Formats: sequence, C-alpha cells, structure tokens
Amino acid sequence: MIKFENVSKTYPNQERPALDGVNLEVAKGEFVFLVGLSGSGKSTFLRLVLKEEDPTSGKIYVAGKDLSKLSSWKVPELRRQVGTVFQDFRLLPNKTVFENVAFTLHVLGYSKKEINREVPEVLELVGLEGYGDRRPSQLSGGEQQRVAIARAFVSHPAILIADEPTGNLDPTMSVGIMKLLDRINRTGTTVVMATHDSGIVDQMRKRVIELEGGLVVRDQVRGVYGYSG
Amino acid sequence: MRAGFVLSEVGIGLRRNLTMTFAVIVTVATSLSLLGFGLLSNAQVGVMKDYWYDKIEVSIYLCGDLSEAPSCSSGKITIPQRDQIETDLKAIPVVQNVYYESQADAFNRFQERFKDSAIAQNVTPDQLPESFRVKLKDPTQFAVIQSAFSGRPGIDVVQDQRAILEKFFRLLNVLRNGALFIGLISVLTAALLISNTIRIAAFNRRRETGVMKLVGASSFSIQLPFLLESVFSAIFGWTVALGLLSGFKVLIDQRVAPLLSFTRFFGWDAVWIASLQLLGVGLLVAALASVITLRRFVKV
Repeated sequence: MIKFENVSKTYPNQERPALDGVNLEVAKGEFVFLVGLSGSGKSTFLRLVLKEEDPTSGKIYVAGKDLSKLSSWKVPELRRQVGTVFQDFRLLPNKTVFENVAFTLHVLGYSKKEINREVPEVLELVGLEGYGDRRPSQLSGGEQQRVAIARAFVSHPAILIADEPTGNLDPTMSVGIMKLLDRINRTGTTVVMATHDSGIVDQMRKRVIELEGGLVVRDQVRGVYGYSG
Repeated sequence: MRAGFVLSEVGIGLRRNLTMTFAVIVTVATSLSLLGFGLLSNAQVGVMKDYWYDKIEVSIYLCGDLSEAPSCSSGKITIPQRDQIETDLKAIPVVQNVYYESQADAFNRFQERFKDSAIAQNVTPDQLPESFRVKLKDPTQFAVIQSAFSGRPGIDVVQDQRAILEKFFRLLNVLRNGALFIGLISVLTAALLISNTIRIAAFNRRRETGVMKLVGASSFSIQLPFLLESVFSAIFGWTVALGLLSGFKVLIDQRVAPLLSFTRFFGWDAVWIASLQLLGVGLLVAALASVITLRRFVKV
C-alpha cells in the first residue's frame, strides 16, 4: 500500500537529511506505528506520502501509484485515497459537526442524498450519534478528534494517516481514539500513526517503525515503544 | 463539488469579509465609471467629428481684380479657365459635389450674415471673390485638392475649413486621452485592491482551504469560490457604474444639450457599447487579478 525505495529527503538550506535512504513497505490492511523523537523524520515521512513534499532521491509508491510520475493536478486524486488526522483536529469552527464531516463529501461532489446517508453512518461509527448539530467549540478534545476521524474516514479512503492523534488528549480519551482507529483498521483500511505515546504503542502490540535522525533504526512486527525489554 | 455548495461558500465568504467586499465594489464602480467617462468622451469626439466634418468644405477662391497671389498675375480668372477647373474638380474621385459661388452669391451671403453690421453697407459684389465650394467624400483627403489646384493660374487660394477644426479637435483629443488614462489608472488600482482582498480572504480562510486540500479538493475547486467572489463584486460594481453613466447621459440630454446647440451629443448606443466594454474590462481584471493572486497564495 505504501512503499519507500531508498528515499532521502533534504530540505533546502539544510545540510542533514530529514530522511536518509529509507526502505520500507506497509501492506494493505496493516496498522503501523511510526515512533521516534521530534526531528527524527516522522512528519517528513507523512508529508512525502501525501506528496506535500517530493523526495530528493528514491521512489515512493502509494496505493499503487509512483508518486514521482504523478502530475500535480493528479495529487488531489491521491489525497482522496488517504485520510488524514492531526494532533490539532483542524475542524472548521463555523460549521457544525455534521457540516464538518459533510465537507469532505461536498468537496468530492457527493449528492445531498448520499451525504445525508453517509454522514450519520460515520458519526455512529465514531460514537457521536446525535452530535451532528453541535459546534466543535461545544465538544471535548476527544470528541473533536472523533469528528476529525469521521471526516477523514467518511469517504472510505484506502489509507488513514494519523499524526499524533492523541497528542492533545488525556489517557482515557486516548484509549477511546485508539479503539476507534483499531476498528477502522479492521474494516481493511491501512493505518499509519505517528506518535510519542509509549503507553499506547506498548498496549496495542502492532508493527512499530522507529526513526532516528532520518534512518529506520527498528522495524518490529509486534513491537513496543522503546528498547525497555 | 456541486454548484450549490460552491455558491453557499461564496456567500459565506462575501458576508464574512463585508467591509472588504464593499471596498472592492466601490472601487470597481468608481474606476469603471471613470473609464466609462473616458469611453464616452471618445464617443463624443467621434460624434463631433462626424457632425463637423460633414459640414465643412474646401473653398477654392478664384482670382479677382484685387487678388495679389502670383497665380493671379494675369488678372481676373477667365471663363474658360473657370469651366476647366470645374470639370477637373468633378473628375477627382474624392470629390462629392462642387458648388460654384459667384460674386453676386457671395455678396448676398455676406449681406445675410452681416446684416446688422455697418460693414455690410461698404461692401460691393466686385470686392468679394468668386469661389468653388467643394465637398469631399472623405474630409481628410484635403491634400489631394491642395496639390492639384494650389498655385494653378486663375486660383487665388485653396482653403480647408478642416484646418480650423483640427486645433479644436487636438484639444478634445488631449482631454479624451486624459480621461482614458485616469480611467485605466483607477482600473489598475481596482485590480491591486482585488488582489489584496483575495490575499486577506485566503489568509482568513486558510483553515478551510487547508482542509479542502487534505480531503483532496482540486486546486480549481479550492480557488473557485475566491474567483467567484471577486467576479461577483466586479459585476456588482459594474451595475453601479452603469447607473452612473446612464445618469450622466440623462444629465447631458436634459441640462447640457439644450445649452450647446452647435453640436450633437453621443447617443444611448454609445452608453450601451461603453457598458459592454466596461463589463468586459471589469470581468477580465477581476478574473486576472484573482487567478494571479490565487496561484501565489492558495497552492495545493
């Protein structure tokens, strides 16, 4: 589903590469944690998958497409297959929960009828039935992140990318979000989650890829956060 | 994206940025009006040229007893010379018609024109020159007549009335160019304001555009609401300008035209043509300013 072949990325005016000869492959339906300190290359990895940046060298394949051969006007098509969730939720404050989730479908050109069918369905999946008329400011952080996940998932993308989705949440809320991501993963969606949260990584026992200074230093099938044991 | 969704986003954008929207509308309205006045003064110069050039003639004064030009050295023109000139004149393609004014005709006309003046009492027919009044199909073709007849024996002087009007029209052209220049400058100002407004709007809505980008909206559909907003503002400003120009036309018809009977004024057709040109300019400027700004500030 995602394949990096000897990928390096050096940002302009920087000497040290953010990613340095990374080779890895994420299969369809996998759940992968991307761990490492700030500046280890996690964000660069995710930006490359979304083609927000182009690699300095190497090849990247996402959902069967060679990104180096993807013309810029086809990038939106790629992003429709990759849902994204962020630490800061990125909801639209002037829109209701329903409108925030429906926004994706509007952008993709769904009809009103389809929107009225899909949005309640995904709100139910994320556990926010009956929250459709509320504004993001009326919700807790965990609930806001659920809305963001609903928005990312409502179009049923093949890949879900989550960049520190629990970074702003307390542990109880984080557990709820992880259960939700697990449930989404079980529908066949590939999930890549960048995180600092060692508790979550240890608990989930999923594949762990650790980056350090732009290098993959560990790729473990049922891993934990650190080398504690 | 569906049209309804795009339009509702445009509506939200216009309302949220109400003061800027208002500024854009007013600037577009005033700049298009100024440009419109320029276009109308251009139409007016055209109308006046048609009106005056239609009336002017080339006068060929023939030698009389009092003529002093070298071509008159043999004295008053003979009748065969005069007939030959008339025949030659009529053979020239640009000549529309030729009218011969005898000394008696000239005297009558002189008496008519200066009937209230003492000068009329002291003039006798033999003091006035006989002449050919030549109407040209194209008044700018004076040089053809000038070169063919000036200095020919029996002809005193060839006079083009157009030369007198030229100075007047040169002045009018300067005024018209000034009006067009001011109009174009203010249209440029409007373009810069539109560009700045879009920058601000893009900054205000970076959240929305960021989310649209994330969920895979094409650049076109992200930029379309901004583009439509400035185009709608431009159309709104244009309707205001159209109202101002129509008011200007009514004012001229009712207040100015009755006072200045020596010329005609531009008609409503000129107002409509100018309006269509202004609509074109307004749309083009709004769209261009938007597209150039959006390419820089709303990237995918």
